[in-house]
Amino acid sequence: MTEMLPPVPHFKSPNRSITTGSWRTFRPVLDMEKCNMCLLCWLFCPDGTIKRVGDGLTVDYDFCKGCGVCAKECRRKAITMVEEV
Amino acid sequence: MASIKDLTNDELMYGSFMCAGCGGTLAIRLALKVLGKKTVLVTPPCCLMGVTTFYPQMAFDVPCVNAVMPGTAAIISGLTAGLRRKGQGDALVVGVAGDGGTVDIGLQALSGAMERGEKFIFLCYDNEAYMNTGNQRSGATPIGAHSSTTPDGEKRMKKDMLQIANAHNIPYAATACISYPNDYLDKVAKAMAAPGPAYLQVFSPCPVGWGHNTDETIEIGRLAVQTGAWVLAEYDHGEFRVTHTPFKRKPVTEYLERQGRFSHMTPEETAAIQTEIDRLWDKYDKL
Amino acid sequence: MGDRKFLSGNHAVAFAVKLIQPEVIAAYPITPQSSIVERISQFIAHRELDSEFIRVESEHSALSACFGAACAGCRVFTATSSQGLAYMSEMLPYVSGNRSPMVMVVVNRAMAAPWTIWGDQQDSISQRDTGWIQLYVENAQEAFDTCVQAYRLSEDPEVLTPVMVCLDGFVLSHTEELVELLSASEVHSFLPAYQALYAIDFDNPTTFCIGATPEVFAEYKHYQQQGMKAAERKIPQIAQEFAERFGRFHGDLLQPYDCQDADFILVTMGSFTGTARMVAQQLRAQGMKAGVLKIRSFRPFPLTAVAELLPQAKAFGVLDRDFSFGMEGALYTEIKAALYPVANRPPAVNFIAGLGGRDIRPEEFATMFAQIEKSYREPGSVPTINFMGVR
Repeated sequence: MTEMLPPVPHFKSPNRSITTGSWRTFRPVLDMEKCNMCLLCWLFCPDGTIKRVGDGLTVDYDFCKGCGVCAKECRRKAITMVEEV
Repeated sequence: MASIKDLTNDELMYGSFMCAGCGGTLAIRLALKVLGKKTVLVTPPCCLMGVTTFYPQMAFDVPCVNAVMPGTAAIISGLTAGLRRKGQGDALVVGVAGDGGTVDIGLQALSGAMERGEKFIFLCYDNEAYMNTGNQRSGATPIGAHSSTTPDGEKRMKKDMLQIANAHNIPYAATACISYPNDYLDKVAKAMAAPGPAYLQVFSPCPVGWGHNTDETIEIGRLAVQTGAWVLAEYDHGEFRVTHTPFKRKPVTEYLERQGRFSHMTPEETAAIQTEIDRLWDKYDKL
Repeated sequence: MGDRKFLSGNHAVAFAVKLIQPEVIAAYPITPQSSIVERISQFIAHRELDSEFIRVESEHSALSACFGAACAGCRVFTATSSQGLAYMSEMLPYVSGNRSPMVMVVVNRAMAAPWTIWGDQQDSISQRDTGWIQLYVENAQEAFDTCVQAYRLSEDPEVLTPVMVCLDGFVLSHTEELVELLSASEVHSFLPAYQALYAIDFDNPTTFCIGATPEVFAEYKHYQQQGMKAAERKIPQIAQEFAERFGRFHGDLLQPYDCQDADFILVTMGSFTGTARMVAQQLRAQGMKAGVLKIRSFRPFPLTAVAELLPQAKAFGVLDRDFSFGMEGALYTEIKAALYPVANRPPAVNFIAGLGGRDIRPEEFATMFAQIEKSYREPGSVPTINFMGVR
């Protein structure tokens, strides 16, 4: 272990080796037909897991915790929280 | 803030272990979009530190110095002087602490740092209790709130940290809320431009501690402002201004009844809170 | 060569700091330390020292601010005493655990309660487990010289451990003696400009003082001990180099006086070593083979050196200006621990004296040596723990 650790308790940042997607009970599913790209979901996601990709949006399911804020705040009801199986 | 679209895609805080729906996470995530990469964060033990910097998961893209709980602002003072010495005086030094680490145990060092007038930002994400250790009351716990150390409800008013900050003659102090990101991020920008200490207290609902659903975080913050329970205001070089006045203030019960921590309150107690809010806003209306 | 000045211990430290030129100084006043930072403030105000001086609002903030500046990569300095050291005690293992090099001067003062401003060594000794190197000086000259050596030691990449330089309150801090300063160029040749190994780097961000899970915490503590073992080697090397360059030697980890053939040795730490030596010299003239062993490095403790040196004596005593209540004088306990592996351990007596600033007269030192001798001639006749002069 000491070969891997530097001798001081500092650590290179960022290091995102552990994903939090497994926390989810519900996952957000985006209906881009209804979406008008207001970006409120992108803005309000506490963890920033909604990504602006090109002209659209995707969800980084590796890190989405399924809190549902995006679905709640979407004015177009374009996001549905679907139970993980 | 010009528009949401102009904000950077960069996520300088990502992959933390904050609870799902955490208001504090959003507060810091959004602030970092304005603060930018030449920022060094200083954070004491609090929800944030516990979930962003424990081996091996490091959530920040910017340097972060973990602090001891009373010492955040003192470490900031040393960092500010030190970075200036090293020709990095243009870097932003930003303390990020919970309410406990700001208004209680962190207050002495913060007072000293504000009095010394160095340029730094102190960002308090206010979830109104010591949430990291399990919802014990802090000086920022509002009257009536249940906590693990006030099981029959907090008996005293919340400490007015905005007034305390302004009393130090600092160039900028403001209250904000994550549910009003335009207002909040404008204030972050003003804090960055302030020629001295800047204090920001951002209302950060906590689903776990406050007893609401994880998807209601933004809504709860909105209700706090719409009922007048939380005021969005600023002191700019000592000049006070309410930055958002609710058009038609909702009754405070609409805010209180949505949260488990207020569920034990009697009609008399909620009426007392309404009276106090009305009194406060009467004062603001006259300004 | 630098000036020769008539200086108190505190002002000698201030002059050392002026030459060392730390980039950031953060300190809070407390008797009997205050004249260090007052003098430093004058140097800064007169532009003789170009340091940032943060006038913090508490000692806890003093060490916190120094820590922050050290994270930025700066050489830093602070000083305190007694209650101030206790107040910043949370930050002591924080700084050492983070492996931040720095030097703090502790002007030793007794701990309340009862209230006192006068000296003993309870304050720094109480903090001996916090991972700081502790060097105890005997006079103002040694205070000056040791400050310079301390930065060299602390910043050594194998050491990376903060150093406490301890000097006795009032006795050393406020009484004046002739001190030979070094010149600025001499100090800079001995102590090159500081290049921090670990500092804030916006291009390669790191998190400082990470949370360490049980899987890795012990490894960091092991690293700290390795730093201390390196210090044990480096303290003599640095002292030796200093002596070769500047002609002054105050001991390495310890300094024996007339111990090589001594029958009875008194172990001391700090300024009373001087009086002890004077009395030992007088006793020698009267026929007692007395010796004095000065402990200079309390952390790292010179376990090996003590085990080699003390068993030669017929008996020894340890003077403690501190006490670990419910146990013994701390130095006494540690000296005995060093002798544990030795088969034939001489009788040992503990003298508790000089508490709360009470003077220890030469007659009392003579009494101590007499007691040490008695413990050898009549085993069991002398109590182990002796509170000197308690009425």
